[in-house]
Amino acid sequence: MFRFVVKRLLSAVLVLFAVTMLSFLMFFALPGDPVSGMCPKNCTAERLERVRVELGLREPKLVQYAGYVKGIFVGRDLGTAQGGHCDAPCLGFSYVRSEAVTDTFKRVLPVTLSIVIPAAVLWLVLGVGLGMISALRRGTLLDRLAVGFALTGASLQLYFVGAVLLLVFTYTLRWIPVPHYTPLLEDPLDWASGLVLAWMALAFLFSAIYARLSRAQMLETLSEDFVRTARAKGLSSWQVHGRHALRAAITPLVTIAGLDVGSALGGTFITETTFGLQGLGRTTVDAVHGGDLPTVMGTVILASVFVVVANIVVDLLYAVIDPRVRLR
Amino acid sequence: MTSPLLKVEGLTKEFAVRGGPPVQAVSGVDLSVAPGEAVGLVGESGCGKTTTGRMLVRLLEPTAGSITFDGRDITHLRGRALRPLRRDIQIVFQDPYGSLNPRHTVGSIVAMPLEVNGIKPPGGTRRRVQELLELVGLNPEHYNRYPHEFSGGQRQRIGIARALALNPRLIVADEPVSALDVSVQAQVVNLLRGLQRDLGLTFVLIAHDLAVVRHFCQRVAVMYLGKVVESGDREDIYAAPRHPYTRALLSAVPELGEGGQGRIRLTGEVPAPTDPPSGCRFRTRCWKAQEICASAEPELVPRGGSRQAVACHFPEPESAHAEGEAAHGAAG
Amino acid sequence: MALPAEVDLNPAPPPAEPAAPVAPEVAGRSPSRLAWARLKKDRVAVVSAAVIVLMLVIALGAPLIEWAYGIGPYDDFKARLDRFGMPLGYAGGIDGDHWFGVEPHLGRDIFIRLVYGMRTSLLIATAAATLTSVIGVLVGLAAGFLGRWVDAILGWVMDFALAMPFMVFALAVVPTVALRFYGPRDDIPPLFRGVVLVGIFAVFGWTGTARLVRGQVISLREREFIEAARAAGAGLGHMLFKQLLPNLWAPILISFSLALPSYVTAEAALSFLDVGMVEPVPDFGRMINKSINYLQSDPAYVFFPGITIFVMVLAFNLFGDALRDALDPRSSR
Repeated sequence: MFRFVVKRLLSAVLVLFAVTMLSFLMFFALPGDPVSGMCPKNCTAERLERVRVELGLREPKLVQYAGYVKGIFVGRDLGTAQGGHCDAPCLGFSYVRSEAVTDTFKRVLPVTLSIVIPAAVLWLVLGVGLGMISALRRGTLLDRLAVGFALTGASLQLYFVGAVLLLVFTYTLRWIPVPHYTPLLEDPLDWASGLVLAWMALAFLFSAIYARLSRAQMLETLSEDFVRTARAKGLSSWQVHGRHALRAAITPLVTIAGLDVGSALGGTFITETTFGLQGLGRTTVDAVHGGDLPTVMGTVILASVFVVVANIVVDLLYAVIDPRVRLR
Repeated sequence: MTSPLLKVEGLTKEFAVRGGPPVQAVSGVDLSVAPGEAVGLVGESGCGKTTTGRMLVRLLEPTAGSITFDGRDITHLRGRALRPLRRDIQIVFQDPYGSLNPRHTVGSIVAMPLEVNGIKPPGGTRRRVQELLELVGLNPEHYNRYPHEFSGGQRQRIGIARALALNPRLIVADEPVSALDVSVQAQVVNLLRGLQRDLGLTFVLIAHDLAVVRHFCQRVAVMYLGKVVESGDREDIYAAPRHPYTRALLSAVPELGEGGQGRIRLTGEVPAPTDPPSGCRFRTRCWKAQEICASAEPELVPRGGSRQAVACHFPEPESAHAEGEAAHGAAG
Repeated sequence: MALPAEVDLNPAPPPAEPAAPVAPEVAGRSPSRLAWARLKKDRVAVVSAAVIVLMLVIALGAPLIEWAYGIGPYDDFKARLDRFGMPLGYAGGIDGDHWFGVEPHLGRDIFIRLVYGMRTSLLIATAAATLTSVIGVLVGLAAGFLGRWVDAILGWVMDFALAMPFMVFALAVVPTVALRFYGPRDDIPPLFRGVVLVGIFAVFGWTGTARLVRGQVISLREREFIEAARAAGAGLGHMLFKQLLPNLWAPILISFSLALPSYVTAEAALSFLDVGMVEPVPDFGRMINKSINYLQSDPAYVFFPGITIFVMVLAFNLFGDALRDALDPRSSR
């Protein structure tokens, strides 16, 4: 087990290293000029040059990259124009926003997490529950409705669902206020009412995907020999499904959930844009349009960290649930 | 006696095993096959006979030893040098289902060896393929059908037609009938016999079924745990097996069993090839084993005047016509 | 086991073998023909295939539709807007001339823009799915058949591509690449945007097909027909493309058919985030993006692109499922 964990962690570090390298090359080291995109409309040539020097773009690429990586781990000193010293997880300084990228993230990350965590809980419970029930009641009306729901959900677009929800609940029925963000600790009720549409939109689509997966998984498990043996031994159907089948069916779902962190993040970006919530996604979209490369690159790295960490957690969970995995 | 078409000396194959010592699947096999002869390689499953066959057609790279074909050392030929050899040595596989590409028509399966060797037969590939199908007793009209439309025996005939496509001189047949119904086995064995006679083909037949070997092969080599323990002419081996293992094998087949002696039941399991017994490999299951069997490995040498060679310290006495050269060990 | 006592020594092949257990009318059918027959019997497959064909016809025949309809995708009808820029008339200005109404502010006809939008969407999705399938098949074949270090390296690259959050990366990369080749305020030709999008999809999308193909190849690699080809002297190319590839059509087709809707979705999503196709090229994602600003004043606007893309993706998904069932009858829906 210990060797497995170490191996897994090493490969994760390798992946993250490659991600930073790749993004750095793409954003700062490709031929061309990243600065002209960052500067407001009528920049003078001297100002552009000064920005280049401050960003360290006149130094060799390797030195630039080393500086960036050093900033992430131990922090580094940026020029006074970039806010002086930049503390440990330093992702650089955004000219467009005039603040350190880390500070921006500290501000907008709670919004994104407030959207994605409750939504994920919702879609996992709804999706897996629906899938399991429809597999156990295969062929009934309930099953067919669930299958129809899953197919519809998997084919719908997040922003379209968001727009329809907004149209129905906010603009027509006026039951739910226009989406907004209030910190949870300030006013939990307002926090929830401001984000509930986003949760609904995300949970609707993702639970459809999970319902489909878990139904297929459960059906496959139910047809396996050990489940039939358990039934033949005379275990009650509840014991069989609850103990044997559910456990076996959930195992592969865990992996998919881990891989899905990336697409959930993408989904959050769309949700934030649809509902006008200023989270990580919206900020990144703005940064992309404003040519704010340090922020964009920061997001890429942050998102990769999320995905990699989620995958490690999933792999470890998987190894705990299913001992065969460790042999690989 | 003519010089052998195929001569194998000390052929050995080791497989690497993760986190352990290598497994010797074949350890020092000697074999000699004369042109036009059919030699049977017999043994229980796991004795290394299939691995030996795969090395003969150079699907596996031998770890040690040498293979000489028609006077040429082919043990380590590679790449282009191997190509002409491929035409001369072909293989027929055991599994009539796995050995035919399910997505190819019979025509393209049989034509494949011609295609990959860039051979354009006179009269066209299609003509040639239909000739081959006819030769193995299939309807040439079935050219465009797919393997799943045929029975096991018919599929095996397709596999034989494919092996014949390049006009090989030697065919290694790896358990060609063991996956077939008994009633169909005879037909396929007869087909192979006919081919051997009419085309002058040389065969190495790998089988665990002693009856099949007796019907088809002029000479027999018996393998146990990666080694040949006895080899000789069919008549000698079947009439008077000299290695205890051969005797046990033969006694297990009712029609072939030695008259009146009854069945010899071997006790114990076949030892793991990762850790073969010292000395004679059969000693752990042999009822005649003595101390020398654990310390010295018996060599495969002809004993007496016949061509029958046996690797045993205490071989069974020779058959009646060579009575004088009786074994020194106690029998039974 | 022994031979029957009565062994016929006549080498002439006896035709006494039991005939193949296949009904005569199915004889000569390849496995793909059988799958085709199953597919034709599936009602869902037929209907969704019809919808897909209809969409393809619309996309390909867009100029013809434009000619018959009499309105182009870039024509504006400002006269149909009120002084706030909102379409006059009922439900976004629907009438005999403008079947789906007109866009607020710009006054362009929504129907013909949807027709051309389908063209954009299908073109990019098809190109991306084709490219990813080709890359995936090549990588999967190489990793599965060659094994050893090739497999190890490709496996790591696969894990790496999977570890990248695709949407985030695409969002960051598309404008950055555009910025590299064009100035910040230059117009970027739509073709270039399209190529960049397809490229991004290809870079990230091949892993699924590659995994699938690799797994299949590993199970096929040990089959004796591969050894038979090797024993006949076949080279690597013959093994990969003549022996293995024909056995891989089912997984390739399935993953291709399921990739199409995912690229339709991804392209629309990127365009929705304003990093996909740019004005004035008609595009579903951007139409919905714009329509959200008019949710209150012109609610009809969001439904036309929203429902069109839903029908499109649904048809692809249903057909993909049906295809999988037909090609792999063991899988159950």
